[in-house]
Amino acid sequence: MESLKAEGVTNVFGIPGGANLPMYDAVVDADFRHVQTRHEQGAGHAAEGYAKASGRVGVAFATSGPGATNLITAIADAMLDSVPTVFITGQVKTELIGTDGFQEADILGATLPFVKHSFQVTDARQIPEYVHEAFHVASTGRPGPVLLDVPSDLFRADIEYEARTEPVELPGYKPSTEGNIKQIRIAAKALANARRPVFYTGGGVVNANASEELRELVASDQFPVTSTLMGLGAFPASSDRWLGMLGMHGTFTANMAMDRADLIVAIGARFDDRITGKLDEFAPHAKIIHIDIDPAEISKNVGAHIPIVGDVKQVLPKLTREYRALQTDSGRMEAWWSQLRTWMQEHPLFYEPGAGGEVKPQLMVETLRKVTGGEAIVASDVGQHQMWAAQYYGFDKPRRWINSGGLGTMGFGLPAAIGAKVACPEELVTCISGDGSLIMNVQEFATCVDENVPVKVFLMNNGYMGMVRQWQQLFWDRRYSAVQMGSSPDWVKLAEAFGATGLRVEDAADLEDTMRAAIEADGPALVDIRVTQEENVYPMIAPGTPAREMVEAPGLVR
Amino acid sequence: MEAGTPDLVKLEDLRVPGQLSGRKHILSILVENKPGVLARVAGLFSRRGFNIDTLAVGPTDDPSISRITLTLDGAVHPIDQVTKQLHKLVNVLKIRDMEPEDTVAREMALFKVSAAVENRAEIIQFADIFRAKIVDVARRTMTIEVTGSADKIEAFERMIRPHGLVEMVRTGEIAIARGHE
Ligand SMILES: Cc1ncc(C[n+]2csc(CCOP(=O)(O)OP(=O)(O)O)c2C)c(N)n1
Ligand SMILES: [Mg+2]
Repeated sequence: MESLKAEGVTNVFGIPGGANLPMYDAVVDADFRHVQTRHEQGAGHAAEGYAKASGRVGVAFATSGPGATNLITAIADAMLDSVPTVFITGQVKTELIGTDGFQEADILGATLPFVKHSFQVTDARQIPEYVHEAFHVASTGRPGPVLLDVPSDLFRADIEYEARTEPVELPGYKPSTEGNIKQIRIAAKALANARRPVFYTGGGVVNANASEELRELVASDQFPVTSTLMGLGAFPASSDRWLGMLGMHGTFTANMAMDRADLIVAIGARFDDRITGKLDEFAPHAKIIHIDIDPAEISKNVGAHIPIVGDVKQVLPKLTREYRALQTDSGRMEAWWSQLRTWMQEHPLFYEPGAGGEVKPQLMVETLRKVTGGEAIVASDVGQHQMWAAQYYGFDKPRRWINSGGLGTMGFGLPAAIGAKVACPEELVTCISGDGSLIMNVQEFATCVDENVPVKVFLMNNGYMGMVRQWQQLFWDRRYSAVQMGSSPDWVKLAEAFGATGLRVEDAADLEDTMRAAIEADGPALVDIRVTQEENVYPMIAPGTPAREMVEAPGLVR
Repeated sequence: MEAGTPDLVKLEDLRVPGQLSGRKHILSILVENKPGVLARVAGLFSRRGFNIDTLAVGPTDDPSISRITLTLDGAVHPIDQVTKQLHKLVNVLKIRDMEPEDTVAREMALFKVSAAVENRAEIIQFADIFRAKIVDVARRTMTIEVTGSADKIEAFERMIRPHGLVEMVRTGEIAIARGHE
């Protein structure tokens, strides 16, 4: 406990059990807030939401066996999205380890593929040291989840806590952060020569808190910017240099810009398959500058011509300085911008407006933007609603968009919103969810009510696991298999049963007022919004096809 | 100034270095001697689809550090990517991709061969040629210890196989950098 306090921990999420009873006894007197979730997966995602919203390390506790295994999805999620988190699990007593004791699970072994690092405590005296190392590893370099597994007898051992004076030193762990200045200079010179450059930015910019530095660099010239799903908000969507998100459901302009670019500047992004489409036809004309804190990401999927390993927060200002020192001619990008503008005009995001009070899902997101002034923290689940939220909310600031991008975990949204609200109590925290996703961790409404965490959930209720339905429609001849959600539950009654406010919208005319009512209501609220059932997300790069063949919304008139 | 002046970097001159070396690599990896380290290394290889050809683990002169020596095929795996992923393991301290000309690599193998009395002389002769040692003799078999490069061991295997190879055990290569003047 002392070690956690020394790390500046102010909030943790978790559930007790036999093996972590001693730790929970200490929670009674601890001077941090413990939020008791209703499922360990909820605790894990809440810790992630906390970390994503605040940039601080998120912490979750669970007991041995099933408590620990319930955390695994959240741990894997934190790994794929590089979320700084520390998970502390209880383990059976030392003497029972390896005997298939009651509630024994080899959580260290089970999570090996999903952790940045993990520690098995074998001696109580290791606890303070390991706690500090865990926070250090989780939060530095490329952030990620760290697991600390503590047998229950070792939690109990009374040890003296000595405050740490030296910084953590791990011989095998030294992230390089500065960026090679020679490489940065070459990058600046290449950039000065590019006629069709694109900045392709990712979640690494958000993680590094380098949004300002990115904006400075882009302000150096007429550079167009796109970002991944994870990077939204690092660059303002309201800027005239913004091309929209790229990737499978990115804008026509952003994807075409990558396809035609002569130079791509990848910053804290990892060329995931949802970005590249068919890999061997990705960006056929482009040279690549790749800036990332993780050397293993460089040339993993797409070869980098100018690799720069470093913390983007440190590298970007150097690149800005080097670039500004060069004599450059921004007229060289004129033809490029006229092409980009033509694409933007002729291929905007588009949907057919609803008729007769029909609530279009895209309209739902646009309306949420309107009533929140675009200033809310928006947590999301996984599916069509996630893509529409990403396309239509228009994030202008980092750490406002909280979603599960890498693992794509349904059930992430509500607990992540709880974590975000605990981290940022002054902010309006909303969750855009789907009827398939919300029910996966719906128990966390009880956490919202009992722990007084007033998040506002806007349920895009389309009666389907819509994203899967879309794939079945488009790629499996519309043979719908196990995607209907039926009429259960009655969401309004369910919200009320938990003690939250429950509202419903069936007519577009009521959308705005009902959203405002939910935001103004005391405490947590859920709005069940009945949207168009069989709407599809466009544009779409069909799997295995190159970006330039993306399919646009039917009915788009130029 | 015109874009494209010599002082700027011309995009068409930029190249991505090749990923596949096309040869065998020996990686000598120093790791912290802690429980679970081998599982982390092995797990990384299987998870990322890297095939290990041989693997040898042993202590070093420092009891807190172990050495893992492994060989893999650089024609199939981008070695750079392998070492970068390995480096991400916190318990991995140092990785050396051994330069073939600068490295002494050795492996040991034990061969149990069926050796009827009338064949024994010939087998002993083979062993002599390879500077191998007979380490066990039984009524129907002989066991021979061979030390050397992987090539030498494979050559010995080809020679001895026709005599009836009962069992073969190989350690996997270990390697050390040559001393410098
Ligand atoms: C835990 C989990 N199970 C299954 C999936 C596969 N999956 C991806 S999207 C989706 C449908 C989501 O449905 P819903 O929450 O209603 O969102 P919609 O697409 O309808 O907006 C499913 C089942 C997943 N991503 N996560
Ligand atoms: Mg749905």
